Amino acid sequence: MPNYILSYKSFGENALLIEWPKEISDAVLKDIVGFKNRIHKNIKLQDAIIGYNSILLVYEFVIEKIEHKIEVLKKLYLQKGKNENVMVHHWVIPVCYDLEFGMDLEQLSKEKKSSIDQIIQLHSQTTYTVFFVGFLPGFLYLGGLNSKLYSPRKATPRLRVPKGAVAIGGEQTGVYPNQSSGGWNIIGNSPISFFDVEKEMPCFAKTGDKITFKSISINEHKEIAKALNNNEYKMQFLL
Amino acid sequence: MITLLHQGVYCSIQDLGRKGFANIGVPISGVMDAASAKLGNHLLNNNLNDAVLEIAFGGVAFLFDEDTSICLTGADFSPKVNEILIEMNAVVKIKKAQTITFGKRKYGVRTYLSVFGGIQAKEIVSSKSFYKEISGKSMLQKGDIVPCKLFEGQTKLTYSKIKVDEHHFKTNVINCFKGPEFELLTKKQQAQLFGAEFIISNDNNRVGYQLNESIENTLKPILTSGVLPGTVQLTPSGKLIVLMRDCQVTGGYPRVLQVSEESINRLAQKTTQDKIQFVLK
Repeated sequence: MPNYILSYKSFGENALLIEWPKEISDAVLKDIVGFKNRIHKNIKLQDAIIGYNSILLVYEFVIEKIEHKIEVLKKLYLQKGKNENVMVHHWVIPVCYDLEFGMDLEQLSKEKKSSIDQIIQLHSQTTYTVFFVGFLPGFLYLGGLNSKLYSPRKATPRLRVPKGAVAIGGEQTGVYPNQSSGGWNIIGNSPISFFDVEKEMPCFAKTGDKITFKSISINEHKEIAKALNNNEYKMQFLL
Repeated sequence: MITLLHQGVYCSIQDLGRKGFANIGVPISGVMDAASAKLGNHLLNNNLNDAVLEIAFGGVAFLFDEDTSICLTGADFSPKVNEILIEMNAVVKIKKAQTITFGKRKYGVRTYLSVFGGIQAKEIVSSKSFYKEISGKSMLQKGDIVPCKLFEGQTKLTYSKIKVDEHHFKTNVINCFKGPEFELLTKKQQAQLFGAEFIISNDNNRVGYQLNESIENTLKPILTSGVLPGTVQLTPSGKLIVLMRDCQVTGGYPRVLQVSEESINRLAQKTTQDKIQFVLK
């Protein structure tokens, strides 16, 4: 794997920002995840926040000598293992694209001059990459949306987008983990909980994981929601 | 137990927040003015991370249904126990069935009520702090009952009053560092950041404070990247937003400044129409 030229910047009293070249790609993401894992093994941190081309390292204490921290990090960056395989999951997320949930599907179908079935196919055939989790607890930033589905955000955001709404905003697609306001075009709904405070790991997905959406019927949506409620649903993933 | 008789403007339970969950999109949250909240816990011999009540703009009334000790720190809204004024920044003994109320504002915005042993709320994702998406509620409402630790009668308490430096509440100086996109600003834009005071708009809350004045903005959005409480974002319209404790973990606006921890606490004691002056550390 190539070494990128990274920049290291001070970020207030106890944080440090590492930046990769300005690109959104699986190669940069892989490099970021590998480096982040090496950092976690060697340095105790409060938080490490991943962005498209960055990691924001939040230290537990005020940084006294930033040059020293940067020197340590630079050495760690070069210690790339040859077989640094990071454990990633490929999750299969059931989505019901019925018009009852997909309130913007008809509009999108008109704009794209494609049938609703074609839109569903394009959306559910892609393997998406989880770049990071931000915006809301459990909101995944997914890369890989088919360019035919790019669609601008609504001029006026909806005040209430339901929990589980699957939506397209600009060049991105995602699932609203909770009811919130939002301006993305809603095309379906997933019964899966992307953020569950009762779990030790409230969000099952992490940076680097893969996601595929699987089209389900309204009845299957109901059944999965019920099974989830009774703790009887097992998350599906591909190996 | 403490019962909320009047809910006031905004009262919530907070500790020092949720650290270590930013990678799954969880805001840090926690007390807005951490210095004042820690002082109260310190005076009561509590742990610094014990939960406290954060009361914005006074207006609340609480009923205590057991004996305990409390301490009020932060903003001074002329607190009274059973109609008698009590000291700020001092341990105060409370008897069963006494009520605490707040009156005229002397200084500050957010008052902290710490109780002996800390507020005993449920810990959700490693913190008792209210944050709607996590705790299910963002503020306490009239009639809510807040559990406290049974008062065991302390001998170690000092009962002495601490003199708090009012500079913390009165200065308009907000110390900051250069943000990661600061150097992308022109010299003229940089000078605008420090050249004049900014006025806090009425769009200010636990998530962030938007400022009234605009500065010329020629910067493009950045690729979404990490932000923290204290990050000053420059929005496309040229308005500045200072992120506060409930802010998202990532953002796409250029980050021009990073406010120091001490000055985030200062800012937490300011509100609409207050003036601030950024000073580079």
